[in-house]
Amino acid sequence: MTNESVQDDDGVNEQISSFPDDTGHFGVYGGRFVSEILMQALEELNNEYERLRHDEAFQAELKSDMSHYVGRASPLYFAQRLTDMAGGAKIYLKREDLNHTGAHKINNCIGQALLAKYMGKPRIIAETGAGQHGVASATVAARFGLTCQVYMGSEDIERQSLNVYRMKLLGADVVPVTSGSRTLKDALSEAMRDWVTNVDDTHYIIGTVAGPHPYPKLVRDFQSVIGRETKAQFADIHGGLPDALVACVGGGSNAMGIFYPFLEDASVRLVGVEAAGMGLETGEHAAPLTAGNVGVLHGNRTYLMQDADGQIIDTHSVSAGLDYPGVGPEHAWLKDIKRAEYVAVTDEQALEAFRSLNLLEGILPALESAHAVAYGIELAKSMDREKAIVINLSGRGDKDIPTMAKIDGITIT
Amino acid sequence: MSRLTIKVEANQTAGRKSLVAYIVAGDPVKDLTVKLMHAMVDAGVDIIELGFPFSDPEAEGPVIQLAHERALKHGTSLRDVLLMVEEFRQGDTDTPVILMGYLNPIELMGYEAFCVFASSTGVDGTIIVNLPPEESGVFSSHLENHDIDSVYLLAPTTTDKRAAYVTAQSRGFVYYVSLKGTTGASNLDVTDVGEKLSRFREISSLPVMVGFGIKDAATAAEVAQISDGVVVGSAIVNLIAKHENELGSVIPDVTELLGGIRKSLDKI
Ligand SMILES: Cc1ncc(COP(=O)(O)O)c(C=O)c1O
Repeated sequence: MTNESVQDDDGVNEQISSFPDDTGHFGVYGGRFVSEILMQALEELNNEYERLRHDEAFQAELKSDMSHYVGRASPLYFAQRLTDMAGGAKIYLKREDLNHTGAHKINNCIGQALLAKYMGKPRIIAETGAGQHGVASATVAARFGLTCQVYMGSEDIERQSLNVYRMKLLGADVVPVTSGSRTLKDALSEAMRDWVTNVDDTHYIIGTVAGPHPYPKLVRDFQSVIGRETKAQFADIHGGLPDALVACVGGGSNAMGIFYPFLEDASVRLVGVEAAGMGLETGEHAAPLTAGNVGVLHGNRTYLMQDADGQIIDTHSVSAGLDYPGVGPEHAWLKDIKRAEYVAVTDEQALEAFRSLNLLEGILPALESAHAVAYGIELAKSMDREKAIVINLSGRGDKDIPTMAKIDGITIT
Repeated sequence: MSRLTIKVEANQTAGRKSLVAYIVAGDPVKDLTVKLMHAMVDAGVDIIELGFPFSDPEAEGPVIQLAHERALKHGTSLRDVLLMVEEFRQGDTDTPVILMGYLNPIELMGYEAFCVFASSTGVDGTIIVNLPPEESGVFSSHLENHDIDSVYLLAPTTTDKRAAYVTAQSRGFVYYVSLKGTTGASNLDVTDVGEKLSRFREISSLPVMVGFGIKDAATAAEVAQISDGVVVGSAIVNLIAKHENELGSVIPDVTELLGGIRKSLDKI
């Protein structure tokens, strides 16, 4: 991409960062594909968000909580030994794992809980797969005195008992979802059903840059603190702009968060890393951008994992947070206009990167983030030593210790 | 005039309340669907809403979710559903059939391919639950080219301004979702429905069918007093689920339910 503008419907050049348009579209992607009951609630949410975006009191409260509660700014760390191992471009890590609750998810939850508070909604609901977004939602509910119900697939409840208990400690009610494949996508559908029923007093905190407009935009905006900090910190520590940014993509919120402030900087390569699971050729993966096709699910048009009849298919990834058959619509669009590139990394490659980062840097990454690390190492290897890349380390891996131990054949009591 | 508009207007002229019945095609087996459609017409149904299954039916309550799952278990595809309509048309050229479901299977088939196929099989209309008129510009022009009516929804949360916009796009009738909730919910408030409907009546003269939460002859009669007709879905699907393992009982039971509702509507 050499020219950082695209033509809109009227043939006018617009900056990439000015999207979505007023109706929530990124090109043909995004939009608002929901039942009539939710149309008014989404319109209200959009209006409130547009108003509060420019409201000084709201922004001051957001900023204050981001620093004093979340612990921002998160460090940008030069990974010397990882860089030496790769033997190419310098590797920096954006340490979202050091945020309160251990992942980038909290950035969005603080923002949306504040929205709920300003909109006068005393109850929040959320969907969760691995439990990370559920924990972050339960956390902000406790922080702001909101009641919180978290929808979670019954399969995932069994796999992630630690986070389930953690949400209960935080006072949230975890509701098992037994429909469909009993995983994240079904939890999202069930949360939408709750919202349809309780729309008067409830705000739905979607955990990623998916869902109907304005969610992809507002979640991106709350997450883009990652990219703004990265830009300033990189200029300060290293000078100039990084040559590439690498982030894992489940729904795509940590990736959009770090990409967004760099969209107009044409020299910066943006690389999203999806989960190739057992390998793209096996069909057992969660890589809709790399190996899926376009469709409509959960309120937006985007790339999906689906069969020949348009039914959504089961996904696989060793990391529960990437195990989702869709992806945020802005990524679909950035792929089509070639502003960002999307690749996929297998379970095995991610596990190897997980171990390397522990051994070389003393950092325990989330398995999701390990996908970005795996590709980041490969990318750095292919680049000259005077180049530099930033990998978004979206979360810490404490939650994944049981999974890793099981893979290593170790029983933890 | 479309088969749907002809039917709705004929009923209005005759002072007959329309009875609209919803089932999921292929639930619980593909073989039953066409027979059930004919039986429902015999029991007094005026319009059939034929659900085409989707893996993620976001707006449905548990009863209809499970119907989608049962239909998908043996692979009922959109193509299969269209072929069922074709088979139904061999014995019934009078009853409008509206396909109801979620957009994705149609997206994947392609709007034009879908419309060509659907109109050749005798489909009269579509209700796409997750496709509000704001998003359906391209699809509705394809539908229009093939004389397929697009029916849209109104909800308790719909503002007057939106109601004017939605009813202007809707063809044949407009479907009023009677409550804030999913299909099969039981918090129907008839007074509330009445207030909303009288406001919508001022905005548009399009006939209104009311659905969600109508489970028996009594609720149907109450709601039909204030509307042009009722949609019965979960109550039928419940009977299908109950008799999943004794399919012989499905048709008699559904006939009894709908026959009772028909009778209560005819008393109005
Ligand atoms: C640490 C971490 N990274 C990444 C993700 C994937 O989400 P997204 O693609 O929205 O950043 C998750 C989701 O649970 C997560 O917990």
